[in-house]
Amino acid sequence: MTILSIILFLFLLIGIFFNGLGSIGLMRFPDVYTRLHAATKCTTFGSIFTSLSVIIFGFYFWKVNGDSKFGVLALHTIIALVCLIITNPTGAHAIARAAYRSGVMPKQAVIDQLKEAKLK
Amino acid sequence: MTQLLNYFLITGVLLTVFILISLFRLISGPTVPDRVVAMDTINTLIVAGMILFGAAFEEVIYIDVAIVYALLSYIATLYIAKYLERRAKDK
Repeated sequence: MTILSIILFLFLLIGIFFNGLGSIGLMRFPDVYTRLHAATKCTTFGSIFTSLSVIIFGFYFWKVNGDSKFGVLALHTIIALVCLIITNPTGAHAIARAAYRSGVMPKQAVIDQLKEAKLK
Repeated sequence: MTQLLNYFLITGVLLTVFILISLFRLISGPTVPDRVVAMDTINTLIVAGMILFGAAFEEVIYIDVAIVYALLSYIATLYIAKYLERRAKDK
């Protein structure tokens, strides 16, 4: 058990835990907004950690073996991770706005202060 | 090194199980935004799984496919959201 494998194991474990929480929250929560809250934030955080373990793996074996294949793996994973980090919250915001405008209300809500503010 | 590749493979298989759990919400969502949320989650998990499988099989091309998949699924999500908004306005 080297230090590298401990770090990778830890990061993959955090990633699995949060991705699992996201998909369980998607199953169990009562309405769209809470499901969006659970699914988007947890899967983004978990995917950051699983990709970070791949990046550390690639840079380590690039430095040790001198094989440029691992360097390409790490750099392309960084690009994919940046795309994921930028696009995921933006898409979630668009979904939440569309859900509100198409008339889906939170399940136990009794007042809608956004609509009252618009009427003034 | 082989042990590390096995870690990535096991994590990828577990992410596939989470995709199957999310697929249930995609099929049985009561409203349309529920289904869109489930699709967004599945897309994120697929991108993360593609990166892990690319590392496990040492194929860089999988990660290139993951980049394109992330951008295209983002555009798809935005267009579905825009469609829902416009449809509510017309009604």
